[in-house]
Amino acid sequence: MSNVVDVQRLRKVYPMDADEVIALAAVDLTIESGEFIAVMGPSGSGKSTFMQIVGMLDRPTSGDYHFEGRDVASLRDDERAAIRSRRLGFVFQSYNLLSRTSALENVELPMVYAGVPEHERRRVALEMMSIVGVEQLARHGSNQMSGGQQQRVAIARALVNNPGLILADEPTGALDTKTSLDVMRLFTELNQERGITIMLVTHEADIAAFARRIVTFRDGHILSDVANEERAA
Amino acid sequence: MNLLATIRLAFNALVRNKARSLLTMLGIVIGVAAVIITVAIGVGARVSVQQRIASLGANLIIVQPGSVTQGGVRTGFGGASTLTPQDGMAIAQLPGVAAVSPIVNMRTQAVAGGNNWQTLITGVAPTYTYIKSWSLASGRFFSQSEVNSIAKVAVLGQTDVHELFPNGASPIGQTVNIKGSPFTVIGTLAARGQSGMGQDQDDVILIPYTSEMQRLTGLKTVNLLMISAAGASQIIPVQNEVTALLAARHRIVAPQPYDFQVRNLQAFAQAASSTGAVMEFLLAGVAAVSLLVGGIGIMNIMLVSVTERTREIGLRMAVGARARDILRQFLTESIVLSTLGGLLGVMVGILGTVFVALSAHWPTIIPPQWVLAAVGFSGMVGIFFGYYPAQKAAHLNPIDALRFE
Ligand SMILES: Nc1ncnc2c1ncn2[C@@H]1O[C@H](COP(=O)(O)OP(=O)(O)OP(=O)(O)O)[C@@H](O)[C@H]1O
Ligand SMILES: [Mg+2]
Repeated sequence: MSNVVDVQRLRKVYPMDADEVIALAAVDLTIESGEFIAVMGPSGSGKSTFMQIVGMLDRPTSGDYHFEGRDVASLRDDERAAIRSRRLGFVFQSYNLLSRTSALENVELPMVYAGVPEHERRRVALEMMSIVGVEQLARHGSNQMSGGQQQRVAIARALVNNPGLILADEPTGALDTKTSLDVMRLFTELNQERGITIMLVTHEADIAAFARRIVTFRDGHILSDVANEERAA
Repeated sequence: MNLLATIRLAFNALVRNKARSLLTMLGIVIGVAAVIITVAIGVGARVSVQQRIASLGANLIIVQPGSVTQGGVRTGFGGASTLTPQDGMAIAQLPGVAAVSPIVNMRTQAVAGGNNWQTLITGVAPTYTYIKSWSLASGRFFSQSEVNSIAKVAVLGQTDVHELFPNGASPIGQTVNIKGSPFTVIGTLAARGQSGMGQDQDDVILIPYTSEMQRLTGLKTVNLLMISAAGASQIIPVQNEVTALLAARHRIVAPQPYDFQVRNLQAFAQAASSTGAVMEFLLAGVAAVSLLVGGIGIMNIMLVSVTERTREIGLRMAVGARARDILRQFLTESIVLSTLGGLLGVMVGILGTVFVALSAHWPTIIPPQWVLAAVGFSGMVGIFFGYYPAQKAAHLNPIDALRFE
């Protein structure tokens, strides 16, 4: 079973006062190992909601979700936490580094909760930081780094437990064009050379152009799901 | 995550908000310091009272002439003339009695060379130093044969040594005139300082009771009989035997009142320790209230901290922290906070105690078990009051926490 993610009729409804918001109506999607998917769509179409459910940060209202063959609905909170720590990597638009904590410690964080011994944590964290090109920033705090540097540190953090899937919600949303392209080249490299499965949300076509598959959402539905023939480099 | 790392994490979080952490600890610091200081003063006072009581004599029983009041009418006049040295000798034969000494007191002038001094002349037996646990500073004490021979020998208290021999020369072998009789100084008593009632215990000259009775007072009776029981458990039995013996010797039959009183010092000791118990009860109350207030302060700050750090919690959950990791993190923080407050309180308390001891000259004792209890209890306050906020943090929904503004 090489499907990393397999969702069927996934639905998410947010109760709002008397009314309710249907963020996801009925989404079917499978992601195979080694894919690089861009998720696009207008604001409010349910992209982030989808990412959060796939990332096990939230639960769907209904529908099936299997992650690496396991039925997520049947997992206890601790088991979901264990999967987040060992099999998933998150990259957020706002970087979400811990403040007043060094870049190195930020990168180590998922390994802390995965129970990796300290010296091993240090070694792996430095290795990942050098892969994303920020090994010289190990001692810097988040307030001592540029946005692009912070996002690279966040990517290193997402990589340390050798995840089966990296979820990135508008990872370039806060970066300038040049830095955005650098970060996208990094993702491409990680996908091609390390075979890491990546799903990222973006509003920009030239960012989505890096992916091999582009899924477009509208009003909680998947509008289109196409292979990207002309990839950017 | 191991314990040490968790504690270090908690420390870092607290150091980040130094001023706030210190202010939060203040409640615990003040509470613990107050407890340490008051306990130190309370225990110090109690122990010094007990020491004073013990210094009055080992397992001491005192027989005084006179009667107890009966039916509101004081009977048996002439009490001062009912006890004799022979009564003392008879008591010495009783089982459970370690030593007996008659006591004859007289206040008069003592003269040595050109110096004179108004002092207490006390006639005693050689057993007196044992009964009072009083050692000699120099020379020797008089013997039973000197008592029998009504010898003119004297042992001086330190105040008399200084007043009668101010030049510092050894008084041993010198002569002290008491009411015209020359007494040879054979020894000096170790300094004892003030009694529990504020009397100078060193202002005394001890001579054989026979010499005092026959050469100075001319009386056949003594002021007191001091008895040392063989052990603390013997005090009550000896007291009863002495009462029966003296009643028989003085031919007193019921319902005639006794013409003597037999007393021990346990009543004093009991009174002292029961005041101590009341004091400790009050202290426990003070401690409980101040630690409660301190604990509420900690809970308050921990709740603020959980709210402030909601995004941090969300992020930690996103990268794999389980509910129990978050619970442990915040619980450790509040325990570190309160335990640190407890330790600081102990330090402040010790400093305060030293200050009280130095400035007010009060006897103080800091019992180590109270120090341990104070720190331990502060830690428990941290667990108790930190649990709710930590629980709140641990049960946040990851995505709600991450999205929190
Ligand atoms: N916690 C929430 N409570 C209520 N409604 C929500 C919540 N989160 C999202 N929604 C609603 O669900 C819908 C989908 O939101 P979502 O954040 O998934 O959109 P998106 O595609 O990520 O948009 P954007 O491109 O602006 O980030 C929106 O209508 C939004 O208002
Ligand atoms: Mg979004």
